Amino acid sequence: MPVEAVPVDDLLRELAPQVVGVLTRRFGDFTAAEDAVQEALLAAAVQWPEEGIPGNPRGWLIQVAQRRMTEEVRSEQARRRREDQVARQVPDDRRAAPAADAEDAAGRDDTLTLLFLCCHPVLSPPSALALALRCVGGLTTAEIARAFMVPEATMGQRISRAKQRIKASGVPFRMPERDGWAERLDAVLHVLYLIFNEGYATSVGDDLQRVELAREAIRLTRAVQALLPEDSEVAGLLALMLLTHARSPARTGPGGELIPLAEQDRGRWDGAAIAEGIALITAALPRGPVGPYQVQAAIAAVHDEAATAAETDWPQILALYGVLERISENPVVGLNRVVATAMVHGPQAGLSALDALAADPRLKGHHRVTVVRAHLLEMAGDRAGAAELFRAASRATASLPERHHLAIRAARLAGPDGAGTGGTAGPAA
Amino acid sequence: MKYMLLMQFSTATADFPTIDTWTPEEIQAHIGFMRDTNAKLSAAGELVDAQGLAMPDTAKIVRSHGGGAPVVTEGPFPETKEWVAGWWIVDCETSERAVEIAAAVSAAPGPGGAPLNMPIEVRQVMSAPTEEL
Repeated sequence: MPVEAVPVDDLLRELAPQVVGVLTRRFGDFTAAEDAVQEALLAAAVQWPEEGIPGNPRGWLIQVAQRRMTEEVRSEQARRRREDQVARQVPDDRRAAPAADAEDAAGRDDTLTLLFLCCHPVLSPPSALALALRCVGGLTTAEIARAFMVPEATMGQRISRAKQRIKASGVPFRMPERDGWAERLDAVLHVLYLIFNEGYATSVGDDLQRVELAREAIRLTRAVQALLPEDSEVAGLLALMLLTHARSPARTGPGGELIPLAEQDRGRWDGAAIAEGIALITAALPRGPVGPYQVQAAIAAVHDEAATAAETDWPQILALYGVLERISENPVVGLNRVVATAMVHGPQAGLSALDALAADPRLKGHHRVTVVRAHLLEMAGDRAGAAELFRAASRATASLPERHHLAIRAARLAGPDGAGTGGTAGPAA
Repeated sequence: MKYMLLMQFSTATADFPTIDTWTPEEIQAHIGFMRDTNAKLSAAGELVDAQGLAMPDTAKIVRSHGGGAPVVTEGPFPETKEWVAGWWIVDCETSERAVEIAAAVSAAPGPGGAPLNMPIEVRQVMSAPTEEL
């Protein structure tokens, strides 16, 4: 799946946060600015493809959105009969659109400021995600609603509540102070990662991949990386997304079924995305400090570099999972380390490691534990035991494609010996 | 008019083995049929929603409890003999069309490619009052 897209859409999404930023600084009202920009974007989405992209698209959007805001301000003034007072608060020169050649550096920084604003700690991750997609990603409420499979009215409410919460929290429109910077950047990267994951491996519904969201996450992360080229975790996250997304053309079969990594047709992987991801992570790792996104990207790179599944450098992957487990809170990392252990030291070593890990209360009842155990039993030659566990796991997952995938793996094992080619190198897809 | 088509699974009436005992090809044929059906309904402008439900083993039953903490009973429920496996909501012109869609879905292939003939319950989704009211 190409990472490039329709030029008008991409241009609008790139300009949206800049225009919101300009108007927020000018009028001091984030919520109103955001609403006005949405209307300007809709107008552009209709007019530009037909009439051509204007010479200064950013100026065009600012002008249209500003006119809209001015109208809003005026109707407010009329209603409250305070025209003269409010007019004085908005000097004429600040209502004028910038000159066509006014390309200020603030536009780019506004994108980052908006992302920081949207990923504010007062918001839950789902709200921050939706708000970031709308304000920074420039997606319409309808598009976001479709991507998350909720009604448009519901998503509209979620976004407007998020905006109200930000307004109520009284956060000014500027970059956080230096000491809050790292923490907020973590939140931004986490939201970008969630957007990517939502698009890549959704846990609900029947579409395995919603490429639009993954692509959008890559675009936004690219923008952050352009603003913070020295940050190694930003580079790591972008590399991780590129290296993972590169496999998506091979990740589903003709019937939409999930194809595990070991069985994918590697010729269908996106070589350009892999090359870019490898270059990014190779440059980022020595720069340090090393964080979880960089390690995950390094693991993805090792997989992507192997010409065939059998040539995968498992000892290196095992070592990387060891590093990741030490710096990550996520117990699922341990499950991946167990699979790598089995690939290097054999299924019995994997099963022992799994027994130790399964005692973690955070993994209690997690169907992935069952999947990994089934996989290790299959490696060890216990077909009946593996089939039974794959069946149990297929009943426990809430993902329809995964349920089908696991049912098929169970069916292959239950069939006559040698009937199936069942995944031989890892359940990870 | 909108209709909800409920795919009911009953251990009493199902005369086929559960899906996890089918061959990989049979499972794939079944999944492919469902995808094609949804794609056709979508192309015809009739599909509103189609969802599968996680197995009833993972269900919880919740009852409010006179102002105190709600009572939550966790599955699996051994008495569960029938459950809703999934649903479609379709928007079509006539109830006959809804029945036709239900019949097509009911014929989804199972073991040996034979139609499963699963019972599909067709329920009209209530709407706003009509003009005449």
